[in-house]
Amino acid sequence: MTVTDEPVVAVRGVTRRFNDVVALDDVSLDIAPGELVGLLGPNGAGKSTLLSLVSGQRKPDSGVVRLCGQDPRLASARATLGLTPQETGLPATLKVREVVDFVAGHYPDPVRTPVLLEQFGLADLAGRQTGGLSGGQRRRLAVALSLVGRPSIILLDEPTTGLDVAGRQTLWAAIREYHASGGTVLLTSHYLEEVQALAHRVVVIDEGVVRADDTMEQILERVGLRRVVLHTTGLPAPDAVPARLTGVVRASQEGDRYELYTPDADALVREIVTSGLVFHGLEVRGATLEEAFEQMVTHPAADLHRRSAPADPPAADPAPSPSHRVNQDGAR
Amino acid sequence: MTSTVTPSAVSLTWLHLKYQFLETVRVPIAVLGNLLFPALAMFFFVVPQEEVAGDPVMATMAVASLGLFAICSASLFTYGLGVAEDRGLPFDPFVRSLPAGPTPRMVARVLNGAIFSLFGVVPLVLIGWLFTDATVTGRQLLTGIVVLLVVSVPFVLLGMAIGYSLSAKAALPVVQVILFPLAFADGLFMPPMFFPDWLAVISQATPTRAGRDLLVGALTGEPVYALAWPVLLAWTALLAALAVVAYRRDEGRRFR
Repeated sequence: MTVTDEPVVAVRGVTRRFNDVVALDDVSLDIAPGELVGLLGPNGAGKSTLLSLVSGQRKPDSGVVRLCGQDPRLASARATLGLTPQETGLPATLKVREVVDFVAGHYPDPVRTPVLLEQFGLADLAGRQTGGLSGGQRRRLAVALSLVGRPSIILLDEPTTGLDVAGRQTLWAAIREYHASGGTVLLTSHYLEEVQALAHRVVVIDEGVVRADDTMEQILERVGLRRVVLHTTGLPAPDAVPARLTGVVRASQEGDRYELYTPDADALVREIVTSGLVFHGLEVRGATLEEAFEQMVTHPAADLHRRSAPADPPAADPAPSPSHRVNQDGAR
Repeated sequence: MTSTVTPSAVSLTWLHLKYQFLETVRVPIAVLGNLLFPALAMFFFVVPQEEVAGDPVMATMAVASLGLFAICSASLFTYGLGVAEDRGLPFDPFVRSLPAGPTPRMVARVLNGAIFSLFGVVPLVLIGWLFTDATVTGRQLLTGIVVLLVVSVPFVLLGMAIGYSLSAKAALPVVQVILFPLAFADGLFMPPMFFPDWLAVISQATPTRAGRDLLVGALTGEPVYALAWPVLLAWTALLAALAVVAYRRDEGRRFR
Protein backbone atom coordinates (compact mmCIF):
# COMPACT_ATOMS: atom_id res chain seq x y z
CA MET A 1 0.00 0.00 0.00
CA THR A 2 2.71 2.46 -0.86
CA VAL A 3 1.83 5.85 -2.23
CA THR A 4 3.55 5.18 -5.54
CA ASP A 5 1.34 2.17 -6.33
CA GLU A 6 -1.09 2.81 -9.12
CA PRO A 7 -4.59 2.61 -7.68
CA VAL A 8 -6.64 -0.43 -8.65
CA VAL A 9 -9.73 1.71 -8.70
CA ALA A 10 -9.52 5.42 -9.44
CA VAL A 11 -12.68 7.52 -9.32
CA ARG A 12 -12.00 11.20 -10.00
CA GLY A 13 -14.64 13.92 -9.74
CA VAL A 14 -17.42 11.62 -10.89
CA THR A 15 -20.97 12.91 -11.21
CA ARG A 16 -23.84 10.69 -12.32
CA ARG A 17 -27.46 11.78 -12.69
CA PHE A 18 -30.60 9.80 -13.34
CA ASN A 19 -32.99 12.30 -14.85
CA ASP A 20 -33.10 15.00 -12.17
CA VAL A 21 -31.78 12.82 -9.33
CA VAL A 22 -28.07 13.22 -8.63
CA ALA A 23 -26.91 9.71 -7.68
CA LEU A 24 -23.24 10.68 -7.31
CA ASP A 25 -22.09 14.23 -6.86
CA ASP A 26 -18.41 14.91 -7.63
CA VAL A 27 -17.16 11.74 -5.95
CA SER A 28 -13.45 10.95 -5.81
CA LEU A 29 -12.08 7.72 -4.43
CA ASP A 30 -8.82 5.82 -4.94
CA ILE A 31 -8.32 2.23 -3.89
CA ALA A 32 -4.73 1.01 -3.68
CA PRO A 33 -3.69 -2.59 -4.38
CA GLY A 34 -4.31 -4.85 -1.39
CA GLU A 35 -6.85 -2.65 0.35
CA LEU A 36 -10.02 -4.06 1.86
CA VAL A 37 -12.56 -1.25 1.69
CA GLY A 38 -16.06 -1.27 3.11
CA LEU A 39 -18.60 0.94 1.36
CA LEU A 40 -21.45 2.01 3.60
CA GLY A 41 -24.55 4.04 3.00
CA PRO A 42 -28.33 3.84 3.22
CA ASN A 43 -30.30 2.57 0.23
CA GLY A 44 -30.30 5.09 -2.59
CA ALA A 45 -27.10 6.67 -1.27
CA GLY A 46 -25.25 5.93 -4.51
CA LYS A 47 -23.42 2.70 -3.58
CA SER A 48 -24.89 0.63 -6.41
CA THR A 49 -24.33 3.41 -8.91
CA LEU A 50 -20.70 3.63 -7.85
CA LEU A 51 -20.25 -0.13 -8.24
CA SER A 52 -21.91 -0.12 -11.67
CA LEU A 53 -19.49 2.62 -12.80
CA VAL A 54 -16.48 0.66 -11.55
CA SER A 55 -17.72 -2.53 -13.26
CA GLY A 56 -18.26 -0.67 -16.55
CA GLN A 57 -22.01 -1.16 -16.74
CA ARG A 58 -22.62 2.57 -16.77
CA LYS A 59 -20.54 5.58 -17.64
CA PRO A 60 -20.27 8.76 -15.61
CA ASP A 61 -21.83 12.04 -16.78
CA SER A 62 -18.58 13.73 -15.89
CA GLY A 63 -15.34 12.70 -14.27
CA VAL A 64 -13.14 9.66 -14.83
CA VAL A 65 -13.36 6.05 -13.66
CA ARG A 66 -10.33 3.78 -14.08
CA LEU A 67 -9.87 0.12 -13.31
CA CYS A 68 -6.18 -0.83 -13.16
CA GLY A 69 -5.52 2.26 -15.27
CA GLN A 70 -8.07 1.39 -17.98
CA ASP A 71 -11.62 2.42 -18.77
CA PRO A 72 -13.81 -0.30 -17.20
CA ARG A 73 -16.14 -0.07 -20.19
CA LEU A 74 -13.44 -1.90 -22.17
CA ALA A 75 -13.84 -5.65 -21.92
CA SER A 76 -10.07 -6.13 -21.57
CA ALA A 77 -10.00 -3.89 -18.47
CA ARG A 78 -12.60 -6.09 -16.82
CA ALA A 79 -10.32 -9.15 -17.03
CA THR A 80 -8.86 -7.81 -13.76
CA LEU A 81 -12.25 -7.61 -12.07
CA GLY A 82 -14.25 -10.17 -10.12
CA LEU A 83 -17.95 -9.68 -9.47
CA THR A 84 -20.73 -11.57 -7.74
CA PRO A 85 -24.00 -12.12 -9.56
CA GLN A 86 -27.10 -11.74 -7.47
CA GLU A 87 -27.72 -15.20 -6.06
CA THR A 88 -31.29 -15.27 -7.42
CA GLY A 89 -30.01 -14.70 -10.93
CA LEU A 90 -27.99 -17.86 -11.54
CA PRO A 91 -29.19 -19.71 -14.65
CA ALA A 92 -31.41 -22.32 -13.02
CA THR A 93 -30.95 -25.09 -15.58
CA LEU A 94 -27.14 -25.02 -15.62
CA LYS A 95 -25.16 -27.20 -13.23
CA VAL A 96 -22.83 -25.68 -10.65
CA ARG A 97 -19.77 -26.94 -12.52
CA GLU A 98 -21.09 -25.51 -15.80
CA VAL A 99 -21.75 -22.05 -14.40
CA VAL A 100 -18.18 -21.93 -13.05
CA ASP A 101 -16.75 -23.22 -16.35
CA PHE A 102 -18.77 -20.64 -18.26
CA VAL A 103 -17.51 -17.70 -16.20
CA ALA A 104 -13.97 -19.16 -16.11
CA GLY A 105 -13.91 -19.29 -19.92
CA HIS A 106 -13.84 -15.49 -20.02
CA TYR A 107 -10.48 -15.19 -18.24
CA PRO A 108 -6.95 -15.82 -19.43
CA ASP A 109 -5.81 -17.85 -16.43
CA PRO A 110 -8.79 -19.06 -14.40
CA VAL A 111 -8.72 -21.12 -11.21
CA ARG A 112 -9.46 -24.75 -12.07
CA THR A 113 -13.12 -25.42 -11.41
CA PRO A 114 -12.66 -28.42 -9.03
CA VAL A 115 -10.15 -26.42 -6.95
CA LEU A 116 -12.52 -23.47 -6.65
CA LEU A 117 -15.51 -25.66 -5.78
CA GLU A 118 -13.43 -27.45 -3.14
CA GLN A 119 -12.40 -24.13 -1.61
CA PHE A 120 -16.02 -23.07 -1.25
CA GLY A 121 -17.29 -26.45 -0.06
CA LEU A 122 -19.28 -26.94 -3.25
CA ALA A 123 -17.39 -29.95 -4.65
CA ASP A 124 -20.22 -32.38 -3.77
CA LEU A 125 -22.72 -30.16 -5.58
CA ALA A 126 -20.78 -29.80 -8.83
CA GLY A 127 -23.34 -31.82 -10.79
CA ARG A 128 -26.42 -30.19 -9.28
CA GLN A 129 -28.45 -27.62 -11.25
CA THR A 130 -28.21 -24.22 -9.58
CA GLY A 131 -32.01 -24.05 -9.37
CA GLY A 132 -31.82 -26.86 -6.81
CA LEU A 133 -29.34 -25.19 -4.45
CA SER A 134 -30.20 -23.67 -1.09
CA GLY A 135 -29.87 -19.93 -0.61
CA GLY A 136 -26.60 -20.34 1.27
CA GLN A 137 -25.12 -22.61 -1.39
CA ARG A 138 -26.08 -20.13 -4.11
CA ARG A 139 -24.45 -17.32 -2.17
CA ARG A 140 -21.24 -19.32 -1.87
CA LEU A 141 -21.32 -20.06 -5.59
CA ALA A 142 -21.90 -16.37 -6.34
CA VAL A 143 -18.83 -15.35 -4.33
CA ALA A 144 -16.80 -18.22 -5.82
CA LEU A 145 -17.64 -16.85 -9.29
CA SER A 146 -16.07 -13.52 -8.38
CA LEU A 147 -12.74 -15.28 -7.73
CA VAL A 148 -12.57 -17.69 -10.67
CA GLY A 149 -10.63 -15.30 -12.94
CA ARG A 150 -7.85 -14.59 -10.38
CA PRO A 151 -8.91 -10.91 -10.34
CA SER A 152 -6.83 -8.04 -8.94
CA ILE A 153 -9.97 -6.66 -7.34
CA ILE A 154 -13.35 -8.07 -6.40
CA LEU A 155 -16.54 -6.09 -5.93
CA LEU A 156 -18.80 -7.74 -3.38
CA ASP A 157 -22.28 -6.32 -3.20
CA GLU A 158 -24.01 -7.60 -0.08
CA PRO A 159 -22.06 -10.87 -0.14
CA THR A 160 -23.66 -12.55 2.86
CA THR A 161 -27.21 -11.20 2.87
CA GLY A 162 -29.57 -13.95 3.96
CA LEU A 163 -26.87 -16.33 5.21
CA ASP A 164 -26.78 -18.08 8.58
CA VAL A 165 -23.85 -17.54 10.93
CA ALA A 166 -21.86 -20.57 9.72
CA GLY A 167 -22.35 -19.66 6.07
CA ARG A 168 -21.24 -16.14 6.74
CA GLN A 169 -18.10 -17.28 8.55
CA THR A 170 -17.17 -19.52 5.58
CA LEU A 171 -17.49 -16.60 3.19
CA TRP A 172 -15.63 -14.23 5.46
CA ALA A 173 -12.78 -16.75 5.60
CA ALA A 174 -12.70 -16.92 1.78
CA ILE A 175 -12.69 -13.13 1.49
CA ARG A 176 -9.91 -12.82 4.08
CA GLU A 177 -7.88 -15.50 2.32
CA TYR A 178 -8.21 -13.70 -1.01
CA HIS A 179 -7.18 -10.44 0.64
CA ALA A 180 -4.24 -12.08 2.43
CA SER A 181 -2.98 -13.34 -0.94
CA GLY A 182 -2.75 -9.71 -2.10
CA GLY A 183 -6.21 -9.15 -3.56
CA THR A 184 -8.12 -5.89 -3.34
CA VAL A 185 -11.70 -5.93 -2.07
CA LEU A 186 -14.49 -3.37 -2.33
CA LEU A 187 -17.39 -4.53 -0.23
CA THR A 188 -20.84 -3.17 0.42
CA SER A 189 -23.02 -4.54 3.14
CA HIS A 190 -26.14 -3.79 5.05
CA TYR A 191 -24.53 -5.53 7.99
CA LEU A 192 -22.33 -3.01 9.76
CA GLU A 193 -20.89 -5.86 11.75
CA GLU A 194 -19.66 -7.41 8.52
CA VAL A 195 -17.86 -4.26 7.45
CA GLN A 196 -16.43 -3.89 10.94
CA ALA A 197 -15.18 -7.49 10.88
CA LEU A 198 -13.63 -7.37 7.40
CA ALA A 199 -12.78 -3.88 6.23
CA HIS A 200 -9.64 -1.95 7.07
CA ARG A 201 -10.89 1.23 5.49
CA VAL A 202 -14.44 2.55 5.51
CA VAL A 203 -16.04 4.87 2.98
CA VAL A 204 -19.40 6.27 3.98
CA ILE A 205 -21.50 7.70 1.18
CA ASP A 206 -24.86 9.32 1.52
CA GLU A 207 -26.90 11.41 -0.88
CA GLY A 208 -24.26 10.89 -3.54
CA VAL A 209 -21.47 12.44 -1.48
CA VAL A 210 -18.56 10.81 0.37
CA ARG A 211 -19.26 11.66 4.00
CA ALA A 212 -16.25 9.92 5.45
CA ASP A 213 -13.25 7.99 4.14
CA ASP A 214 -10.84 6.75 6.75
CA THR A 215 -9.42 3.77 8.57
CA MET A 216 -11.82 1.79 10.70
CA GLU A 217 -10.15 3.09 13.90
CA GLN A 218 -10.38 6.71 12.81
CA ILE A 219 -14.01 6.35 11.81
CA LEU A 220 -14.85 4.83 15.15
CA GLU A 221 -12.91 7.50 16.99
CA ARG A 222 -14.84 10.18 15.15
CA VAL A 223 -17.90 9.33 17.15
CA GLY A 224 -15.98 10.76 20.08
CA LEU A 225 -18.01 8.90 22.66
CA ARG A 226 -16.88 5.96 24.78
CA ARG A 227 -19.17 3.53 26.46
CA VAL A 228 -18.83 2.69 30.15
CA VAL A 229 -20.85 -0.32 31.29
CA LEU A 230 -21.41 -1.23 34.93
CA HIS A 231 -23.83 -2.99 37.24
CA THR A 232 -25.13 -0.97 40.16
CA THR A 233 -28.24 -0.29 42.20
CA GLY A 234 -27.05 3.15 43.23
CA LEU A 235 -27.98 5.13 40.10
CA PRO A 236 -31.29 6.84 39.29
CA ALA A 237 -33.33 6.41 36.09
CA PRO A 238 -31.28 6.94 32.86
CA ASP A 239 -32.64 10.45 32.27
CA ALA A 240 -31.42 11.58 35.65
CA VAL A 241 -27.93 10.05 35.37
CA PRO A 242 -26.24 13.03 33.60
CA ALA A 243 -27.31 15.24 36.55
CA ARG A 244 -25.73 12.83 39.01
CA LEU A 245 -22.50 12.08 37.08
CA THR A 246 -21.31 15.17 35.21
CA GLY A 247 -19.20 13.25 32.63
CA VAL A 248 -22.21 11.35 31.23
CA VAL A 249 -24.01 12.71 28.16
CA ARG A 250 -26.43 9.84 27.69
CA ALA A 251 -27.35 6.70 29.59
CA SER A 252 -29.48 3.62 29.25
CA GLN A 253 -30.52 1.00 31.75
CA GLU A 254 -31.46 -2.66 31.66
CA GLY A 255 -32.14 -4.05 35.15
CA ASP A 256 -29.09 -3.09 37.16
CA ARG A 257 -26.92 -2.81 34.04
CA TYR A 258 -26.18 0.74 32.96
CA GLU A 259 -24.56 1.92 29.74
CA LEU A 260 -23.08 5.39 30.12
CA TYR A 261 -21.84 7.40 27.11
CA THR A 262 -19.06 9.86 27.78
CA PRO A 263 -16.47 11.88 25.85
CA ASP A 264 -13.79 11.00 28.46
CA ALA A 265 -14.00 7.50 29.91
CA ASP A 266 -10.97 7.97 32.20
CA ALA A 267 -12.45 11.02 33.91
CA LEU A 268 -15.83 9.33 34.26
CA VAL A 269 -14.34 6.24 35.92
CA ARG A 270 -12.46 8.48 38.37
CA GLU A 271 -15.68 10.38 39.07
CA ILE A 272 -17.60 7.15 39.70
CA VAL A 273 -14.94 5.81 42.06
CA THR A 274 -14.64 9.04 44.06
CA SER A 275 -18.43 9.38 44.32
CA GLY A 276 -18.45 6.21 46.42
CA LEU A 277 -20.97 4.47 44.11
CA VAL A 278 -21.14 0.70 44.72
CA PHE A 279 -20.78 -1.16 41.42
CA HIS A 280 -19.36 -4.27 39.78
CA GLY A 281 -18.61 -5.60 36.29
CA LEU A 282 -17.07 -2.35 34.98
CA GLU A 283 -16.33 -2.31 31.22
CA VAL A 284 -15.07 0.47 28.99
CA ARG A 285 -15.72 0.12 25.24
CA GLY A 286 -15.32 2.14 22.10
CA ALA A 287 -18.28 3.01 19.98
CA THR A 288 -19.42 0.52 17.36
CA LEU A 289 -19.44 1.26 13.66
CA GLU A 290 -23.19 1.33 13.94
CA GLU A 291 -23.05 4.40 16.16
CA ALA A 292 -20.47 6.05 13.97
CA PHE A 293 -22.59 5.41 10.92
CA GLU A 294 -25.76 6.77 12.44
CA GLN A 295 -24.00 9.90 13.55
CA MET A 296 -22.63 10.49 10.04
CA VAL A 297 -25.74 9.93 8.00
CA THR A 298 -28.39 11.43 10.22
CA HIS A 299 -30.40 13.49 7.83
CA PRO A 300 -31.18 16.99 9.09
CA ALA A 301 -34.58 17.09 7.39
CA ALA A 302 -36.64 15.01 5.03
CA ASP A 303 -35.25 15.68 1.60
CA LEU A 304 -37.98 15.16 -0.95
CA HIS A 305 -35.58 14.81 -3.87
CA ARG A 306 -34.14 11.63 -2.45
CA ARG A 307 -35.75 8.25 -2.59
CA SER A 308 -33.44 6.88 0.08
CA ALA A 309 -34.91 5.16 3.08
CA PRO A 310 -33.96 6.81 6.37
CA ALA A 311 -31.53 5.03 8.64
CA ASP A 312 -32.95 3.29 11.68
CA PRO A 313 -33.65 5.67 14.55
CA PRO A 314 -30.41 6.03 16.52
CA ALA A 315 -29.86 4.83 20.08
CA ALA A 316 -33.14 2.93 20.20
CA ASP A 317 -31.08 -0.21 20.73
CA PRO A 318 -27.82 0.50 22.50
CA ALA A 319 -26.57 -3.08 22.18
CA PRO A 320 -27.41 -3.92 18.60
CA SER A 321 -27.67 -7.56 17.68
CA PRO A 322 -25.10 -8.72 15.13
CA SER A 323 -27.70 -8.85 12.41
CA HIS A 324 -28.95 -5.35 13.05
CA ARG A 325 -29.43 -3.73 9.67
CA VAL A 326 -29.02 -0.21 8.42
CA ASN A 327 -32.07 -0.43 6.25
CA GLN A 328 -35.18 -2.48 6.35
CA ASP A 329 -35.40 -2.96 2.62
CA GLY A 330 -32.47 -5.01 1.49
CA ALA A 331 -33.72 -5.32 -2.06
CA ARG A 332 -32.07 -3.23 -4.72
CA MET B 1 -1.01 -9.46 -15.71
CA THR B 2 -0.26 -13.01 -16.84
CA SER B 3 1.56 -14.30 -19.86
CA THR B 4 -1.53 -16.25 -20.93
CA VAL B 5 -3.47 -14.59 -23.72
CA THR B 6 -7.06 -13.51 -23.23
CA PRO B 7 -9.66 -15.81 -24.83
CA SER B 8 -10.25 -15.04 -28.51
CA ALA B 9 -13.56 -13.85 -29.94
CA VAL B 10 -14.08 -17.26 -31.51
CA SER B 11 -13.56 -19.16 -28.28
CA LEU B 12 -15.81 -16.71 -26.41
CA THR B 13 -18.54 -17.17 -29.03
CA TRP B 14 -18.16 -20.94 -28.76
CA LEU B 15 -18.37 -20.66 -24.95
CA HIS B 16 -21.58 -18.64 -25.09
CA LEU B 17 -23.05 -20.92 -27.76
CA LYS B 18 -22.29 -24.03 -25.70
CA TYR B 19 -24.00 -22.76 -22.57
CA GLN B 20 -26.93 -21.15 -24.37
CA PHE B 21 -27.50 -24.48 -26.12
CA LEU B 22 -27.33 -26.32 -22.78
CA GLU B 23 -29.75 -23.88 -21.19
CA THR B 24 -32.19 -24.38 -24.06
CA VAL B 25 -32.09 -28.20 -24.20
CA ARG B 26 -32.53 -28.45 -20.44
CA VAL B 27 -36.11 -27.27 -20.99
CA PRO B 28 -37.14 -30.20 -23.22
CA ILE B 29 -40.73 -29.10 -23.68
CA ALA B 30 -39.62 -25.92 -25.44
CA VAL B 31 -37.51 -27.97 -27.83
CA LEU B 32 -40.27 -30.54 -28.36
CA GLY B 33 -42.78 -27.78 -29.10
CA ASN B 34 -40.55 -26.56 -31.91
CA LEU B 35 -40.30 -30.08 -33.32
CA LEU B 36 -43.90 -31.14 -32.84
CA PHE B 37 -45.98 -28.26 -34.09
CA PRO B 38 -44.84 -28.29 -37.74
CA ALA B 39 -44.76 -32.11 -37.71
CA LEU B 40 -48.36 -32.29 -36.47
CA ALA B 41 -49.46 -29.67 -39.01
CA MET B 42 -47.88 -31.86 -41.66
CA PHE B 43 -49.85 -34.90 -40.49
CA PHE B 44 -53.17 -33.04 -40.20
CA PHE B 45 -53.12 -30.84 -43.30
CA VAL B 46 -50.80 -32.44 -45.85
CA VAL B 47 -50.50 -36.21 -45.43
CA PRO B 48 -54.30 -36.96 -45.55
CA GLN B 49 -54.87 -34.87 -48.71
CA GLU B 50 -54.16 -37.26 -51.52
CA GLU B 51 -54.01 -34.56 -54.21
CA VAL B 52 -51.26 -32.75 -52.26
CA ALA B 53 -49.38 -35.65 -50.71
CA GLY B 54 -49.49 -37.66 -53.94
CA ASP B 55 -48.11 -34.86 -56.12
CA PRO B 56 -44.33 -34.51 -55.92
CA VAL B 57 -44.29 -30.74 -56.55
CA MET B 58 -47.27 -29.91 -54.32
CA ALA B 59 -45.96 -32.10 -51.50
CA THR B 60 -42.52 -30.55 -51.69
CA MET B 61 -44.13 -27.08 -51.64
CA ALA B 62 -46.08 -28.05 -48.53
CA VAL B 63 -42.92 -29.20 -46.78
CA ALA B 64 -41.23 -25.92 -47.77
CA SER B 65 -44.16 -23.83 -46.50
CA LEU B 66 -44.26 -25.59 -43.16
CA GLY B 67 -40.48 -25.53 -42.91
CA LEU B 68 -40.49 -21.78 -43.37
CA PHE B 69 -43.25 -21.47 -40.79
CA ALA B 70 -41.20 -23.58 -38.35
CA ILE B 71 -38.19 -21.29 -38.84
CA CYS B 72 -40.29 -18.17 -38.56
CA SER B 73 -42.00 -19.26 -35.36
CA ALA B 74 -38.81 -20.63 -33.77
CA SER B 75 -36.95 -17.39 -34.53
CA LEU B 76 -39.69 -15.13 -33.23
CA PHE B 77 -40.19 -17.14 -30.06
CA THR B 78 -36.52 -17.88 -29.34
CA TYR B 79 -35.42 -14.30 -29.86
CA GLY B 80 -38.54 -12.31 -29.08
CA LEU B 81 -39.37 -14.18 -25.93
CA GLY B 82 -35.90 -15.50 -25.07
CA VAL B 83 -34.18 -12.13 -25.21
CA ALA B 84 -36.99 -10.44 -23.27
CA GLU B 85 -36.75 -13.11 -20.57
CA ASP B 86 -32.96 -12.90 -20.37
CA ARG B 87 -33.14 -9.16 -19.94
CA GLY B 88 -35.41 -9.66 -16.96
CA LEU B 89 -32.93 -11.97 -15.19
CA PRO B 90 -30.48 -10.59 -12.64
CA PHE B 91 -27.79 -12.79 -14.25
CA ASP B 92 -27.88 -10.56 -17.33
CA PRO B 93 -26.00 -7.56 -15.89
CA PHE B 94 -23.45 -9.99 -14.44
CA VAL B 95 -22.78 -11.57 -17.83
CA ARG B 96 -22.47 -8.12 -19.36
CA SER B 97 -19.77 -7.19 -16.88
CA LEU B 98 -17.65 -10.25 -17.71
CA PRO B 99 -14.61 -9.43 -19.84
CA ALA B 100 -16.30 -9.93 -23.22
CA GLY B 101 -18.07 -7.44 -25.45
CA PRO B 102 -21.69 -7.96 -26.53
CA THR B 103 -20.67 -9.57 -29.85
CA PRO B 104 -19.88 -13.16 -28.74
CA ARG B 105 -23.17 -13.37 -26.94
CA MET B 106 -25.19 -11.98 -29.86
CA VAL B 107 -23.50 -14.18 -32.44
CA ALA B 108 -23.98 -17.22 -30.19
CA ARG B 109 -27.63 -16.33 -29.88
CA VAL B 110 -28.09 -16.26 -33.65
CA LEU B 111 -26.25 -19.57 -34.06
CA ASN B 112 -28.22 -21.18 -31.24
CA GLY B 113 -31.47 -20.07 -32.89
CA ALA B 114 -30.32 -21.49 -36.23
CA ILE B 115 -29.53 -24.85 -34.63
CA PHE B 116 -32.97 -25.17 -33.06
CA SER B 117 -34.65 -23.94 -36.25
CA LEU B 118 -32.97 -26.72 -38.18
CA PHE B 119 -34.06 -29.22 -35.53
CA GLY B 120 -37.62 -28.15 -36.29
CA VAL B 121 -37.16 -28.89 -39.98
CA VAL B 122 -35.81 -32.42 -39.48
CA PRO B 123 -39.18 -34.10 -38.71
CA LEU B 124 -40.77 -32.25 -41.66
CA VAL B 125 -38.20 -33.59 -44.07
CA LEU B 126 -38.60 -37.10 -42.64
CA ILE B 127 -42.41 -37.02 -42.84
CA GLY B 128 -42.26 -35.56 -46.35
CA TRP B 129 -39.90 -38.33 -47.39
CA LEU B 130 -41.73 -41.23 -45.69
CA PHE B 131 -45.41 -40.27 -46.03
CA THR B 132 -45.71 -38.12 -49.16
CA ASP B 133 -44.37 -38.12 -52.67
CA ALA B 134 -42.24 -35.05 -52.02
CA THR B 135 -38.94 -35.50 -53.82
CA VAL B 136 -35.72 -33.56 -53.85
CA THR B 137 -32.24 -34.34 -55.07
CA GLY B 138 -29.47 -34.18 -52.49
CA ARG B 139 -28.25 -31.00 -54.09
CA GLN B 140 -31.70 -29.37 -53.96
CA LEU B 141 -32.02 -30.31 -50.27
CA LEU B 142 -28.64 -28.75 -49.49
CA THR B 143 -29.49 -25.56 -51.43
CA GLY B 144 -32.85 -25.52 -49.65
CA ILE B 145 -31.19 -25.62 -46.22
CA VAL B 146 -28.84 -22.78 -47.13
CA VAL B 147 -31.76 -20.70 -48.47
CA LEU B 148 -33.72 -21.54 -45.32
CA LEU B 149 -30.91 -20.19 -43.13
CA VAL B 150 -30.63 -17.00 -45.18
CA VAL B 151 -34.41 -16.55 -45.12
CA SER B 152 -34.41 -16.98 -41.32
CA VAL B 153 -32.20 -13.90 -40.81
CA PRO B 154 -34.96 -11.23 -41.06
CA PHE B 155 -37.10 -13.21 -38.59
CA VAL B 156 -34.20 -13.52 -36.16
CA LEU B 157 -33.78 -9.75 -36.40
CA LEU B 158 -37.50 -9.14 -35.94
CA GLY B 159 -37.42 -11.38 -32.86
CA MET B 160 -34.47 -9.42 -31.44
CA ALA B 161 -36.21 -6.10 -32.10
CA ILE B 162 -39.19 -7.35 -30.10
CA GLY B 163 -37.05 -8.94 -27.37
CA TYR B 164 -35.03 -5.79 -26.75
CA SER B 165 -38.10 -3.53 -26.85
CA LEU B 166 -40.59 -5.34 -24.64
CA SER B 167 -40.83 -7.23 -21.37
CA ALA B 168 -41.35 -10.99 -21.53
CA LYS B 169 -45.04 -10.60 -20.69
CA ALA B 170 -45.62 -8.12 -23.51
CA ALA B 171 -43.41 -9.99 -25.98
CA LEU B 172 -45.51 -13.18 -25.92
CA PRO B 173 -48.78 -11.72 -27.29
CA VAL B 174 -46.92 -9.46 -29.71
CA VAL B 175 -45.06 -12.44 -31.17
CA GLN B 176 -48.30 -14.36 -31.53
CA VAL B 177 -50.08 -11.46 -33.21
CA ILE B 178 -47.22 -10.90 -35.66
CA LEU B 179 -46.79 -14.58 -36.43
CA PHE B 180 -50.39 -15.10 -37.59
CA PRO B 181 -50.48 -12.75 -40.63
CA LEU B 182 -46.92 -13.75 -41.53
CA ALA B 183 -47.97 -17.40 -41.54
CA PHE B 184 -51.01 -16.53 -43.66
CA ALA B 185 -48.86 -14.76 -46.25
CA ASP B 186 -46.56 -17.78 -46.22
CA GLY B 187 -49.52 -19.83 -47.46
CA LEU B 188 -49.82 -21.90 -44.30
CA PHE B 189 -53.61 -21.75 -44.31
CA MET B 190 -54.18 -21.51 -48.07
CA PRO B 191 -51.62 -22.08 -50.83
CA PRO B 192 -50.66 -18.72 -52.43
CA MET B 193 -51.83 -19.83 -55.90
CA PHE B 194 -55.39 -19.73 -54.57
CA PHE B 195 -55.00 -16.16 -53.26
CA PRO B 196 -57.15 -13.49 -54.98
CA ASP B 197 -55.02 -11.12 -57.05
CA TRP B 198 -54.97 -8.23 -54.57
CA LEU B 199 -53.86 -10.57 -51.77
CA ALA B 200 -51.24 -12.20 -53.96
CA VAL B 201 -49.71 -8.77 -54.65
CA ILE B 202 -49.69 -7.80 -50.98
CA SER B 203 -48.31 -11.15 -49.90
CA GLN B 204 -45.42 -10.83 -52.34
CA ALA B 205 -44.24 -7.81 -50.35
CA THR B 206 -44.00 -9.84 -47.11
CA PRO B 207 -40.81 -11.56 -46.00
CA THR B 208 -42.64 -14.85 -45.46
CA ARG B 209 -44.00 -15.05 -49.02
CA ALA B 210 -40.65 -14.00 -50.50
CA GLY B 211 -38.88 -16.56 -48.32
CA ARG B 212 -41.38 -19.31 -49.13
CA ASP B 213 -41.13 -18.78 -52.88
CA LEU B 214 -37.33 -18.72 -52.74
CA LEU B 215 -37.36 -21.93 -50.74
CA VAL B 216 -39.86 -23.59 -53.07
CA GLY B 217 -37.75 -22.47 -56.02
CA ALA B 218 -34.63 -23.99 -54.49
CA LEU B 219 -36.36 -27.30 -53.71
CA THR B 220 -38.47 -27.81 -56.84
CA GLY B 221 -37.00 -25.58 -59.52
CA GLU B 222 -40.36 -23.76 -59.86
CA PRO B 223 -39.98 -20.15 -61.09
CA VAL B 224 -39.70 -17.46 -58.38
CA TYR B 225 -41.18 -13.97 -58.83
CA ALA B 226 -38.50 -11.46 -59.72
CA LEU B 227 -38.83 -9.26 -56.65
CA ALA B 228 -38.45 -12.08 -54.10
CA TRP B 229 -34.78 -11.45 -53.34
CA PRO B 230 -35.09 -7.63 -53.25
CA VAL B 231 -38.13 -7.90 -50.95
CA LEU B 232 -36.31 -10.30 -48.61
CA LEU B 233 -33.14 -8.18 -48.53
CA ALA B 234 -35.10 -4.96 -47.95
CA TRP B 235 -36.88 -6.54 -45.00
CA THR B 236 -33.57 -7.81 -43.67
CA ALA B 237 -32.06 -4.32 -43.82
CA LEU B 238 -35.11 -2.70 -42.24
CA LEU B 239 -35.36 -5.26 -39.43
CA ALA B 240 -31.60 -5.11 -38.80
CA ALA B 241 -31.94 -1.35 -38.29
CA LEU B 242 -34.91 -1.92 -35.95
CA ALA B 243 -33.00 -4.53 -33.93
CA VAL B 244 -30.00 -2.22 -33.53
CA VAL B 245 -32.22 0.68 -32.47
CA ALA B 246 -34.01 -1.55 -29.94
CA TYR B 247 -30.68 -2.82 -28.55
CA ARG B 248 -29.29 0.72 -28.23
CA ARG B 249 -32.45 1.98 -26.56
CA ASP B 250 -32.32 -0.90 -24.11
CA GLU B 251 -28.67 -0.05 -23.33
CA GLY B 252 -29.75 3.55 -22.86
CA ARG B 253 -32.56 2.63 -20.52
CA ARG B 254 -30.73 0.20 -18.31
CA PHE B 255 -27.03 0.94 -18.67
CA ARG B 256 -26.87 4.68 -19.04
